Amino acid sequence: MSAPKFTSLTARCVVLPVQDVDTDQIIPARFLKVTDKLGLGDKLFCDWRYLDDGSLNPKFILNQPEAQGAEILVAGHNFGCGSSREHAPWALVGFGFQAVISTMFADIFKGNAVKNGLIPVTIEPAAHAELVALRAKNPDLQITIDLQTQTVSWLGQTPVTFPIDPFSRTCLLEGVDELGYLQKFQTQAEAYEAAHV
Amino acid sequence: MSQNPKTLFQKIWDSHVVAEERGAPTVLYIDLHLVHEVTSPQAFSVLKERGLKVRRPGRTVATMDHSIPTKGGYEAADEMGRIQLRLLESNANANGVRLYGLNSVQRGIVHVIGPEQGFTQPGMTIVCGDSHTSTHGAFGSLGFGIGTSEVGHVLATQCLLQRKPKTCEIRVDGTLRPGVTAKDIILAVLAKIGVGGGTGHVFEYTGAAIRALDMEGRMTVCNMSIEGGARAGMVAPDDKTFNFVHGREFAPQGAAWDQAVARWRTLPTDAGATFDQTVTLDASSLEPMVTFGTNPGQGVAITQPLPQPSSLTNANERAGLEKSLAYMKFEAGKPILGQPVDVVFLGSCTNSRLVDLRAAAGLLKGRKVAKSVRMLVVPGSQSVKLAAEAEGLDKIFKEAGAEWREAGCSMCIAMNGDQLSPGQLAVSTSNRNFEGRQGKGGRTVLASPLTAVASAVAGRIADPRPLMT
Repeated sequence: MSAPKFTSLTARCVVLPVQDVDTDQIIPARFLKVTDKLGLGDKLFCDWRYLDDGSLNPKFILNQPEAQGAEILVAGHNFGCGSSREHAPWALVGFGFQAVISTMFADIFKGNAVKNGLIPVTIEPAAHAELVALRAKNPDLQITIDLQTQTVSWLGQTPVTFPIDPFSRTCLLEGVDELGYLQKFQTQAEAYEAAHV
Repeated sequence: MSQNPKTLFQKIWDSHVVAEERGAPTVLYIDLHLVHEVTSPQAFSVLKERGLKVRRPGRTVATMDHSIPTKGGYEAADEMGRIQLRLLESNANANGVRLYGLNSVQRGIVHVIGPEQGFTQPGMTIVCGDSHTSTHGAFGSLGFGIGTSEVGHVLATQCLLQRKPKTCEIRVDGTLRPGVTAKDIILAVLAKIGVGGGTGHVFEYTGAAIRALDMEGRMTVCNMSIEGGARAGMVAPDDKTFNFVHGREFAPQGAAWDQAVARWRTLPTDAGATFDQTVTLDASSLEPMVTFGTNPGQGVAITQPLPQPSSLTNANERAGLEKSLAYMKFEAGKPILGQPVDVVFLGSCTNSRLVDLRAAAGLLKGRKVAKSVRMLVVPGSQSVKLAAEAEGLDKIFKEAGAEWREAGCSMCIAMNGDQLSPGQLAVSTSNRNFEGRQGKGGRTVLASPLTAVASAVAGRIADPRPLMT
């Protein structure tokens, strides 16, 4: 099993203009009975994406022609709140997203996302509003996310810097396996246990 | 005053640092790892792929709660549920992990049995692949939810990579009035700060109203910290905490108990220690709270009208409120009292302990659940169920017309067949009112056990206080 890697991405985006999207919307709990990570992309945003008869809801943004092939999700404030289920990033990655842009992410979701190569890009509300307005005018708008420089840019605008945990950034750029990293501290863990436990 | 005053959180964090490398998160030691069937299979798979075993099986405790049928027996689960439950059994057995399995009389919701069996103790770091691990902070421990990758990290190393969060004091002064409970406190906190208000922070709940709560009430409050975006919520341990833990199966015994209590008494936040933020609330002015929308921050006092989207200036917030009201089929400006109710759910890691069932049964005794309402009572653990039955609480519920079930998460997360039908409105003592959380198309109003019972009896959303006089 190799650790996910990410350096940069230039792709089209799709806008989900809803704030406080919880992980129950990203992947409803009834799909959490899987014992692997496969197939969750088909269930992403299931209750918004499909009609009661199982057909695609033509009004939902992911089902519109311009969303096809989009690899970046532009989401509202506080994306990924609620449950800790890592099935949420598994579903987003399974669908084909490589990054989510928002003005704030829930903590557990953000941590789960980077471990799966899904980049949480946090930008200021003004930049976010500008991006949403430009995308509304131009469905083919290309966005570039560069992890090396920690910037996101579109239409040749001045790149906007986004924060990301430096360790997560290194892991993604270099393909560092976090569990492998942690295992290096087993001597210290044993010393800790000897002293405290 | 201490020379270097520290918060409760800071003390626990500092005492669990295994290593710190420049540029990397802290390697934090984990004292207790709770495991359930839904968020562990892929973590155990990683261990298998790498030829690893659970490093400290004695610090790992597994239970079945999310997918488990509450009518008893694997046969009641669907095929995928059965596979998931069986897989937890084989993973626990292969790694020597204690499992409270299907037929265990101590099985239950992970956040109910941790404290109940004495695993949860002050000063500990506690994690679980479940966001409501914040519950355990009621004991003055640092408990927080983790993703499945991190479950694998802890299984394999007993450590976790963590950045230190900020701290936020939530001070609840005053005295609760009759009919107003711990659940109403936390719903009022969430209504004040919103679902994202605690992001990046750990809460410490302080103040006279928190000190006055019993341990179950403190668990209810800490449980819903995550609904404010805080991964953990804590209450300083005191004699109530120690009395709760004392004598439980996995609590320290004898001389070790005295040493533990002496250590635990040093945990509370020092005078002069500072928090990054403080939020205050007056418990004396609180009324029973209910949610009206599709996130736990959308709550109002039960006597208040529903908010008007036009009162919000932020366009995104206005759109959010309009979307929530539309989903709930509620009208802005109208009262929430009197809305017809289809289902009442008494259960979940928020409100399924013996104290919750006693309060509910006390109000329900001699009354009937309205004919139009289906009421489901799901104890948090089999131990709670047996204790409730020993007191005759089950009879009160059944005579009133409610269903009395086996322990599990049940209709809080609707993975086990207990669920709402599309359009149904539930008054639920659980923690999340997200769209479809209790079943696709279902509508959830979060409330205290007392408000749930009053609503079950009335068949409509009802204030419990008139029934209490």
